[in-house]
Amino acid sequence: MTEEIIIAGFGGQGVLSMGKIMCYSGIVQGQEVTWMPSYGPEMRGGTANVTVIISDDRISSPIINEFDTAIILNQQSMDKFESTVKSGGTLIYDPNGITRHPERKDINIYRVEAAAEAAKMETTKTFNMIVLGGFLKIKPIVKMENVIAGLKKSLPERYHHMIPVNEKAVKRGTEIVEEVQMLN
Amino acid sequence: MKDLRLMKGNEAVSEAAIRAGVDGYFGYPITPQSEVLEYLMLERPEKRTGMVVLQAESEIAAINMVYAGAGAGKMVFTSSSSPGISLKQEGITYIAGAELPCMILNVVRGGPGLGTIQPAQSDYFQAVKGGGHGDYKLIVLAPASVQEMYDFVQLSFDLAFKYRTPVMILSDGAIGQMMEKVEIGEQKVRLTDAQVKERCPWATTGKDANRERNIITSLDLDSNKQEIFNHKLQAKYKEIDKNEVRFEEIQTEDAEYIFVAYGTSARICQKSVELAREKGIKVGLLRPITLFPFPHKRLLELSKQVKGMLTVEMSAGQMIEDVKLAVECSIPVEHFGRLGGIIHSPEEVVEALEQKFL
Repeated sequence: MTEEIIIAGFGGQGVLSMGKIMCYSGIVQGQEVTWMPSYGPEMRGGTANVTVIISDDRISSPIINEFDTAIILNQQSMDKFESTVKSGGTLIYDPNGITRHPERKDINIYRVEAAAEAAKMETTKTFNMIVLGGFLKIKPIVKMENVIAGLKKSLPERYHHMIPVNEKAVKRGTEIVEEVQMLN
Repeated sequence: MKDLRLMKGNEAVSEAAIRAGVDGYFGYPITPQSEVLEYLMLERPEKRTGMVVLQAESEIAAINMVYAGAGAGKMVFTSSSSPGISLKQEGITYIAGAELPCMILNVVRGGPGLGTIQPAQSDYFQAVKGGGHGDYKLIVLAPASVQEMYDFVQLSFDLAFKYRTPVMILSDGAIGQMMEKVEIGEQKVRLTDAQVKERCPWATTGKDANRERNIITSLDLDSNKQEIFNHKLQAKYKEIDKNEVRFEEIQTEDAEYIFVAYGTSARICQKSVELAREKGIKVGLLRPITLFPFPHKRLLELSKQVKGMLTVEMSAGQMIEDVKLAVECSIPVEHFGRLGGIIHSPEEVVEALEQKFL
């Protein structure tokens, strides 16, 4: 199994840390992982993205142009990355702030209203964990128990009291993710 | 149980240095390698092992602190990225001329000048052909993963002390910034003063009554003596060339074409090999792990088997010169690479192979 993922959104949405938690979860279950961020001028305000690869085998290129899954959290990222999903691949997005919705018919598209849900749950910082939950429902490449173990390794100890809130957010994400039916 | 962590390449170097029992780090921040210094500062190695970590006032100060520490027989290193490594060249040639062991990490970014903060491999010439003045060489290691960033720290110091020579780890912004799984080794204890004296009888460790003064210098105004010294250095480089060549081969057994690539480009080419083979093109990869000494013998052997070689570097073509020399221009050798901080994709590499050879 090899899963090649791009996560893209605004800086501050937790794009990079979501990727980190995925990677730690992969390590916990004995897989190979790479996490390749954009560290250019864009990280100093504006868009942020990270390529995450999780595989049972040695990972070749950490730099790739096509993805099994794109997780898209703002309009700029939709414009940039919708076309990079492999045919038959998966696109997951939060419709919040999206003015031009995805249009491809050769991929599977899912919506997760994470920003709205995080506001409802009054834990806006767990926004990215809701998205992660949505992803894991569609692509259960790492087990939930390993995600929790990954969270523990990823978060500094002083934030460990936040783990139950994050766990709840991941579970909520698995409940609210929904497939978008594209009309032909 | 194995200690597995998710780390950036830069962080892995720092943790490896603490674990290797390194005595001192001297550096100055620059993107994309600032995490080396940041991680060391956060980890408080002065408490963990007694290692000194110092942010110098400049790159030039940092390399000269390394010069001094190495002269005292200590395990010391510095790190920077391309423009900062240019500043360090005077110190590096002095260290080579004084035959001192140390490690220098270059997390390469695009140039020339201040260039860009994005990854590049355009410092190959500087690392392998000198950089500073005079007939000297560095042992140059080219990691292609975060695990190798970790492992090559210990290897650097082993080689540096074995040959009394500076060793460079030539990495790039991609490997420095990327996170991968790293297996962490055991904590080594730093050498005591007595152990340093035993390992480095040449070092300035304080003169005893029973030995002559040790003088650390790269200066000899007597040209006859300087020539003898130069021959001694060259003999050492020959010895290194004989003993320390390291490389990896992927699917070269039946290959008709070979990619030659190191570091990040080698990772990309691994994927290009997969993609090309799906199309029925028999291509393999030779990844030099040491850039000096270069795997010229193996390349010459492979040149008898293949129809052509494509060097893939994030530069305008630097290593290609060493590949051409290695194969004695007996087969076509072409270059492909993006410049200025752009990283080529695996697909672009396959296209280049098709365009140039098929």
